[in-house]
Amino acid sequence: MSGLLTIENLDISFSVFAGEVKAVRGVSFRLDKGETLAIVGESGSGKSVTVKSIMRLLPNNAKINSGSILLDGEDLLRQNERETLKVRGQRIGMIFQDPMTALDPTMNIGDQVMESLLLHKRISRREAGKKALELLELVGITTAGKRMRHFPHQFSGGQRQRIVIAIALICSPEIIIADEPTTALDVTVQAQILELLKEIQKQLATAVIFITHDLGVVANIADRVAVMYAGKIVEIGKVDEILLNSRHPYTWGLLSAMPSHNADEKRIYTIPGTPPDMLCPPQGDAFYPRNKYALKIDTLRMPPFFQVSPTHQAATWLLAPGAPEVTPPAEIIAGRELFRERARNAR
Amino acid sequence: MLPEEFELLDLPPNAFEPLEISGAGADGGAGAGDSAGAPSLSFFQDAWRRLKKNKGAVLSLFILALIALLSFGAVFISPGDPNKQNLAYVNLPPKIPGVTINGFNGAAIVAGERVDKYVLGNIPPDVYFYLGTDGLGRDMLSRLLMGTRMSLIIAIIAAALDLGIGVAYGMVSAAAGGRVDGFMQRALEILSGIPTLAVMILMLTIFEPGIVSIVLAMIITGWVNMARVVRAQTLKLQEREFVLAAAALGASKAKIALTHILPNISGVIIVQMMFSIPTAIFFEAFLSFIGLGLKVPMASLGTLLSDGYKTFRFLPHLMWAPAIVLSVIMICFNLLADGVRDAFDPKMKK
Amino acid sequence: MKNFSRHLIKKVGIMLLTLWLIITCTFFLIHSLPGSPYVNQEKLTPAQLEILNRQAGLDKPLPEQYLIYFKNLARGDFGTSFQFKNQPVTKLLLNRVGPSVQLGFQAILTGTVMGVILGMISAMRQNTWVDSIVTIIAILGRSIPNFVFAVILQYLFAVKLSIFPIALWGKFSYTILPTITLAMAPMANSARFIRTEMVEVLNSDYIELARSKGLSHWQIACRHGLRNSLIPLITLLGPMAVSLMTGSLVVENIYAVPGIGEQFVKSIITNDYPTIMAITILYSAMLIIILFVVDLLYGLVDPRIRVTGGERLAA
Repeated sequence: MSGLLTIENLDISFSVFAGEVKAVRGVSFRLDKGETLAIVGESGSGKSVTVKSIMRLLPNNAKINSGSILLDGEDLLRQNERETLKVRGQRIGMIFQDPMTALDPTMNIGDQVMESLLLHKRISRREAGKKALELLELVGITTAGKRMRHFPHQFSGGQRQRIVIAIALICSPEIIIADEPTTALDVTVQAQILELLKEIQKQLATAVIFITHDLGVVANIADRVAVMYAGKIVEIGKVDEILLNSRHPYTWGLLSAMPSHNADEKRIYTIPGTPPDMLCPPQGDAFYPRNKYALKIDTLRMPPFFQVSPTHQAATWLLAPGAPEVTPPAEIIAGRELFRERARNAR
Repeated sequence: MLPEEFELLDLPPNAFEPLEISGAGADGGAGAGDSAGAPSLSFFQDAWRRLKKNKGAVLSLFILALIALLSFGAVFISPGDPNKQNLAYVNLPPKIPGVTINGFNGAAIVAGERVDKYVLGNIPPDVYFYLGTDGLGRDMLSRLLMGTRMSLIIAIIAAALDLGIGVAYGMVSAAAGGRVDGFMQRALEILSGIPTLAVMILMLTIFEPGIVSIVLAMIITGWVNMARVVRAQTLKLQEREFVLAAAALGASKAKIALTHILPNISGVIIVQMMFSIPTAIFFEAFLSFIGLGLKVPMASLGTLLSDGYKTFRFLPHLMWAPAIVLSVIMICFNLLADGVRDAFDPKMKK
Repeated sequence: MKNFSRHLIKKVGIMLLTLWLIITCTFFLIHSLPGSPYVNQEKLTPAQLEILNRQAGLDKPLPEQYLIYFKNLARGDFGTSFQFKNQPVTKLLLNRVGPSVQLGFQAILTGTVMGVILGMISAMRQNTWVDSIVTIIAILGRSIPNFVFAVILQYLFAVKLSIFPIALWGKFSYTILPTITLAMAPMANSARFIRTEMVEVLNSDYIELARSKGLSHWQIACRHGLRNSLIPLITLLGPMAVSLMTGSLVVENIYAVPGIGEQFVKSIITNDYPTIMAITILYSAMLIIILFVVDLLYGLVDPRIRVTGGERLAA
């Protein structure tokens, strides 16, 4: 199956006062039609930069050093300005993190939803209005007809995020990029918005790239998961493979750091240390200073991807032949048992 | 199982041994820590450091210092008495020794022809007026220096008085709070509705124009902005912990105001004052220009410009000199004020 | 809505109080002047003086004069000019409103339009030579006093190059130099204001969302950037009106425009107190009304405060 979107060896850096920040270092992944790919990582891991480069929405001091982003075989990074504008909004829609600031305060929401439709499609204002109305109702804005003339400050945070989703959907794009769409929302609203995204994705068969730092959200929504650390993908696979059968110590850390459902656990685990300074990332595996399973080779060489299964890869020397056998944390072992059980049942 | 590009050449034999980490992952990235040892700067040192980076502001400061030095120093080393009239040397164009550029060589256009007016007027060859003379034969350079000095004095006095009244009013209003504050704010609101222009013209039609009445006219409404800014800042500071702590320890309101609040709003006050100086210079020149300024023989940039304007078709040098000096002073003060504001509060760029 | 009307009533109250205060202060200040306002007073006999005083109502006690002045004011009667015999001040000023208003409008229109365009270009081309030029224009326009501009423009374009008439009033061409002079400050201020405002707006999240819709650079600037930067520009209208009034005094004088400002200066020189009072009151009233309208207008056009009716909080 050929991917809808294929990113190859993407490398992006920012020139700042102190030097060059290497934000994305050789990221490759594929997104298939209709699937949801979650990209997980701490802040500063390069996940936002990666997706913004798909939209060519990087700030001026960003530089794409190498790589390609193929949408249906066409390299988005080699497009001229006009072609880029045609992709934005029309073929790829974007949902932003903070709905409180993402809407133009001086324009009514009807106009804001219609804007990209009128821009990209030959359509009358009236028809655009009709389409916007339908969509606003679909995303759950009640009495949408009346509310289209209202301004953003008249809506709650959750409603505004629904509007932002409607804006992203209005041109029926093939891909939706959701950049931490629930982070800024209340917990109860988060669940509603996630539910809505899932619903819409099912209905419209849109491919979704979902960025989050919360693995709990991932189980709910993603088909596949990519874990990013220090500008690189460290592990990628199907959602079960990452949540239950992960191989990279960083993924173990993330999983252990998830608030567990067993209330008897007194402490929440945190990964020790802080992410590396991307002005001068460590020579070998960027995670080794925080990794209690680190090998000597981690300080010398970046690990390549090792295949765990045809759909699952992880970049850690622990998978290399000759590497010592390590015992992952207890919860990971429990997950693996569950994974094997599911695999047996599936057979 | 192995990726194709996976090569294990040149690796040490113990490559796959577990890594012993000293202090197990306490600190992540290499060199991520703060660069300790950088000297901590006081508020003013920090502002000064930022101001020094602003080329326009530094240049302006330099030019203003030069102008101030020249105009005040001219009291002692003036090229001539600014008020001495010499009817033999009337309306001479500028002449600078060794300069032959038209406009500065003593030549002027009379009846369509360029003639040397110094020769025409039988003036001794060793007499030079760098900026020419006016209709009473007074040396323009001396008058310009005197006028600049006067303009600066008036502006600085007015700005200082604005500062004194405004700071006192603003701090009292904020410290008093409640009804007193409400009343003082209404009074401010009413005062700010009165156009400065109307007050000044009224004051100067009633009182004889002079330094005192001009300064008075300018400060009647001039201090309002300062009072507003000071009150707003004081109110903000009163909520801060260190002020609350001082109050809890029994410090009096006056002591808190002087020792805790005033030093912390000094930046804002300086910025505000930097903007009120050019405003005062403008209004002084403006009043003089419409004939409400200083009376002869005193001179300011405004009166010089006003006099120069009357004859500018024939003796343009009398207009250019004060016009240029006034403009340069205004530009420098505005640039400096912008720079000072950005230096004190980098976020307040507006 | 109730909140809003209370806000409105309070504003109108303060407005009227200010105006009353100005009129009263002006009246008593002027009437407390020693001597009387007539030209060649020394040559008048006491009998003549008495007749003149009675004609002007100056023989009555001051509080009574004050009441009469207020009564007349209510009918739009500002008294009689001293300078022009028997000429009512109201009529004198009415003849002069036209040119002043025309100049004011032309100046504020060209000034803000030019300023907005310059500010926008400079924000879009941040840190380029275009930006630097606009910054220089803005600092010059803000710093150089308008009478210096007036004098220099008159010297260069009228005296030296003879492109425009030197002074006086007539065809449209007479209005060009005074308009340019008066437009300098509004242009500089709005260019600077729009630039800062735009730079801030262009960095906001909703601009990034607009970009993600596929709008081009300039489409974003016009539809979202300008819209959000223009609304706060309204707050600049008050200070602009003040500087125009101040400017009109000298500029009308320099270009001999038969407007209110020129009359004001003439009246000051000839000690024509009724006219000085009238213009002072007129200017104050205009300023107060403009500030009030700006306040209202701001509430009306900004959807964020339209509903609540409160004042916009400075961010």
